[in-house]
Amino acid sequence: MSQTVPPSTSPPQQPGPWAVELVGIDKRFGPVHANKAVSLRIRAGSIHGLVGENGAGKSTLMSILYGFYQADEGQILVNGAEARIREPKDAITLGIGMVHQHFMLVEEFTVLENLMLGAEGGALLKDGIRKARAEVERLEKTYRLDVPLDAKVADLNVGVQQRVEILKALYRGAQVLILDEPTAVLSPPEVQDLFRILDALRAQGRTILMITHKLKEIMAITDAVSVLRQGAVVASFDTRDTSEAALAEAMVGRRANPVVRRPGTPAGAPLLTVEDLSVVDERGVERLKGATFRVRAGEIVGVAGVAGNGQSELLEALSGMTPFQRGRFHINGRDVTPEAPMDPAQARRQGIAHVPEDRLRRAVVKPFPAFQNALLGYQDDPAMADGPRLNWKRVAAATARLMEDWDVRPRQPSLRTSLFSGGNQQKLVLGREMERDPNVLLVGQPTRGVDIGAIEFIHRRLLAMRDAGKAILLVSAELEEIMALSDRILVMCDGAITGELAADDANEGLIGRLMAGITDDMETETGPRADAAGGAA
Amino acid sequence: MSASTNSDGLPRWATLALLPAINLGAALVVSSLVILAIGQDPVSALAFMVKGAVGSGTGLSYTLYYATSLIFTGLAVAIANHAGLFNIGGEGQAYVGGLGTGLVCLALSGWPWYAVLPVSVLAGALFGAVWGLVPGYLQAYRGSHIVITTIMFNFLASALMVYLLGGPLIEHGQMAPESREFAESTFLPAVKEIAAALGYRTPTLPLNLSLILALLCAGGVWFLIWHTRWGFQMRTVGANEAAARYAGMNARTTIVVAMAISGALAGLVGINELQGVQHRITLNFQAGMGFTGIAVALMGRGHPVGIVLSSLLFGALYQGGAELSFEYNEISPRLVVVIQGVVILFSGALEHMFRPALLRLLKPKAPAAAGQRA
Repeated sequence: MSQTVPPSTSPPQQPGPWAVELVGIDKRFGPVHANKAVSLRIRAGSIHGLVGENGAGKSTLMSILYGFYQADEGQILVNGAEARIREPKDAITLGIGMVHQHFMLVEEFTVLENLMLGAEGGALLKDGIRKARAEVERLEKTYRLDVPLDAKVADLNVGVQQRVEILKALYRGAQVLILDEPTAVLSPPEVQDLFRILDALRAQGRTILMITHKLKEIMAITDAVSVLRQGAVVASFDTRDTSEAALAEAMVGRRANPVVRRPGTPAGAPLLTVEDLSVVDERGVERLKGATFRVRAGEIVGVAGVAGNGQSELLEALSGMTPFQRGRFHINGRDVTPEAPMDPAQARRQGIAHVPEDRLRRAVVKPFPAFQNALLGYQDDPAMADGPRLNWKRVAAATARLMEDWDVRPRQPSLRTSLFSGGNQQKLVLGREMERDPNVLLVGQPTRGVDIGAIEFIHRRLLAMRDAGKAILLVSAELEEIMALSDRILVMCDGAITGELAADDANEGLIGRLMAGITDDMETETGPRADAAGGAA
Repeated sequence: MSASTNSDGLPRWATLALLPAINLGAALVVSSLVILAIGQDPVSALAFMVKGAVGSGTGLSYTLYYATSLIFTGLAVAIANHAGLFNIGGEGQAYVGGLGTGLVCLALSGWPWYAVLPVSVLAGALFGAVWGLVPGYLQAYRGSHIVITTIMFNFLASALMVYLLGGPLIEHGQMAPESREFAESTFLPAVKEIAAALGYRTPTLPLNLSLILALLCAGGVWFLIWHTRWGFQMRTVGANEAAARYAGMNARTTIVVAMAISGALAGLVGINELQGVQHRITLNFQAGMGFTGIAVALMGRGHPVGIVLSSLLFGALYQGGAELSFEYNEISPRLVVVIQGVVILFSGALEHMFRPALLRLLKPKAPAAAGQRA
């Protein structure tokens, strides 16, 4: 693969005792090369950040270090000595602890009981509890971890539950702590609390490895940072020598042959107008913060951003999958507000098609034959039924045509859907949603997990739909895809739209900075945001 | 047209026919060991059982009579299962459904059976539907687990019937907790009446017209599940609720309606048992049919054809078992329950136990077959 790797510095130079060294770690899952000869050194008593896009191999790497997976090749050294880590127990013995993104706590147990899980200290609990309480109280004091030991975990909020996880790792003697996206579920004040705790841990000589998407946090708390892209370490920096922009560029990377965008026809009337749209999740965290934009007939508006920065919530709110709490949108002559919501069935009747990001979980029912999935969402179509009876023959015939038209292979409408490859399932879904001639298409990750040939095919189809005067909102984690297809680009960071660019003004560096939430130099480069929004007219 | 292998490469015929046959065989082997252990000859005992179940017109008629009730409850379990719900409440739904049927038969004294039947079917279905719908509603809108609530509803049904049959419905001047007999005109024609109309003479046998109703229901369920919009919706909700929401389907309504239909089907047991045979509302007339329906549905793989076939098997086990315990003094009716339990164990709970071995045996042939098709 010919790639121009961004200027990468060698790992931090100062000598120092390394808490963990990964040497040439290589891991494949079937055809997926998750880690490519990754080498990484973590200095003892430091906070080391690990950044990269979804699927860059961060979690695989950490899972190998913690013993969930075995590397195909490579070595792990802990405190300079080679370590064999076959299962998490080995990692724990070596003083490595992990705090997962989704907490591994027994909700019905108290904090103390959770801390003691797997370390009960004998068959009778009484002594164990007394000893544990003393030890945990000492740890709490040392690291200023404020946790009510006798409260039930279910009654604690997320930030405190996370502290319980950290305490659990410390209680088991963790010297090296792996945190997998620790701030993903936290509110800003909770993030501050977490950072205070991490500071205290570092001051006491513990080592922390932190996976995150958020570059601001890297800059705020880490000593060193490594960037993974497509399974390989593409850059390592001392944090003080780098910047968010440089990290963003390293994360996103550049390819040698960027696809050239075909200019579109001048955009027509707005088909989708979104005003101040906000989504608050069940934990009370605001996931989408006041999105305002328009999509016109005959244009593709791309939404760029590191995964998990509000793009999914945007798609889900617009397609009627999740309720939203503030704002409104106007789509195809219908005004949708929190008080007058629109469900997915109504959305389809309104001429809105939705290709969800998570195709396997949402867009198809895997055990059904393909022709039944070709009807999913359009089961009320009177053309496919005679009265109450669904005419499967007619559905299968229509599916056969769809498969021909969208090059779905094999062309077997009655084959079980799970037996098609990911790319062919995606073509089936895209075909289903686009064949019915919707006015507005909401599409998430249209080419995720799809082979190169199918990617080109899908891109051509999206552009053809645009040229037919439809409005397309495209969410993709592939910046290249966004730049190849979009007439305008919205960039999201932390739930908010941080920039709106006309395609001609966009470049990867600029988008990368916006993805990192750096907006202060925007004015000079593209003019105020309102201008950019109007500029496409 | 349809794929002839499953995802793991086992041919369809093996899944549908060979595997159940092997499971049944294994169950018989274990049963034989049990019979051997109490000092009886398993071969002659099992042979007697088979003969008792299907070896005579009388035996066959009993087998079919048991199968009728099992078709109703098996279909009930299957339809809920397609919507992703484990309905353990067939027993209670059958019980309460029978109350509806019985009340109609009591009320419509003097009406001919063919005029009563539509009303009694409707009432049985309706009473059963309500008994299924409430747990369905609690599951869909309140998150109460369907397994727990349907079990609780079985107890509620039991308590309700004991109260009604011990008080308001008891036949005046009688001690037995059962209603008065229905008027003879409301009795469903059984084998004897039908045979008499055709000019034959038979003894009084329990098999009656409700077998036809059960088969019609099986056809109806097949059509509903695989050939209607609503069935599609129900299967989608059962297989992938997120996809159902994406497709604009209302999972909650679907769950409630599926449970209502499930309860309605179970509720028809009373047509067979009460209007067909006992001709009065009795205590525990449903006699475990609701629970056995779970095994029937499992073994029938949720498909009406499979359910009819496995109902016949279980009907035969009931009848053959009853004959067996009459004939062999040493074999108590409890042992018959053991044999039935072993069959349920192997064909239901351990359904896939022999699958890996069978797969190894048949695998070499699979690629060749695929090559021929290509």
